[in-house]
Amino acid sequence: MSTEPTDLRLYRPPIRRTWWLHRRSYLMFVLREVSCVFVAWAVVFLLLMINAVHAGDDGYQRFLAFSGRPWVLVLNIVALAFVLLHAITWFNLAPKAIVLTARGRRLAPRAVAAAHFGAWLVATVVVGWIVLGGR
Amino acid sequence: MARRSSSEAIAWLLFSAGGMASALLIPVLLLLFGVLFPLGWLAPPAYAHLLSVLSNPFLRILLLLLFALSLAHWAHRFRHVLNDLLQLDRLRTAIGVLCYGAAAAGSIWAAVVLFQ
Repeated sequence: MSTEPTDLRLYRPPIRRTWWLHRRSYLMFVLREVSCVFVAWAVVFLLLMINAVHAGDDGYQRFLAFSGRPWVLVLNIVALAFVLLHAITWFNLAPKAIVLTARGRRLAPRAVAAAHFGAWLVATVVVGWIVLGGR
Repeated sequence: MARRSSSEAIAWLLFSAGGMASALLIPVLLLLFGVLFPLGWLAPPAYAHLLSVLSNPFLRILLLLLFALSLAHWAHRFRHVLNDLLQLDRLRTAIGVLCYGAAAAGSIWAAVVLFQ
């Protein structure tokens, strides 16, 4: 028989563009994914700072004035919230991505997450110490 | 279904490495330079100190890695956000090229800024 059934592999159910507004978990997913935009902004902002430092003391003072402008400050506070969301969701997902076994038994997922949060704390202290060290 | 390719695997690896590097280091850097120094809650470091920190070759390479991987992380995630939210199926290739291209250009800019 040659009656072809509809090829189900080619069928894509229509999805509304506002699908992510219909559930809290969808919204959180999209906010988490959108955090990448603020990671990119942070990179641009830090590169502007480094570029300003390389331009001399005047450049650095201009950068400090720039970072104090209301719109830059507000943008950075929003960006910080998103970057924190990124870090927290990333470390919480780590146990799902990294499955460690020791002596034939799986290491507790909580231990894997805790190790990541510990590493975050250490990295934060070290960066703070390097940046603020010159007082 | 999208074709799975080895370039997708590389993109995912970079996404993953960038996600980790940025999660560890970006929050504290943004907190200091973007919020605490501008608000005056902490005095910003002296120019000479920052200059000496940034002239350390080891730290320069570390920062370049952080910036390049973070941008690769952005490119991969942003590409999928655009595909999921906008559903512009015909523009998928163009969106991919633009995202990874921007990340590559940003990484070159980072190298120029760090090693100038």
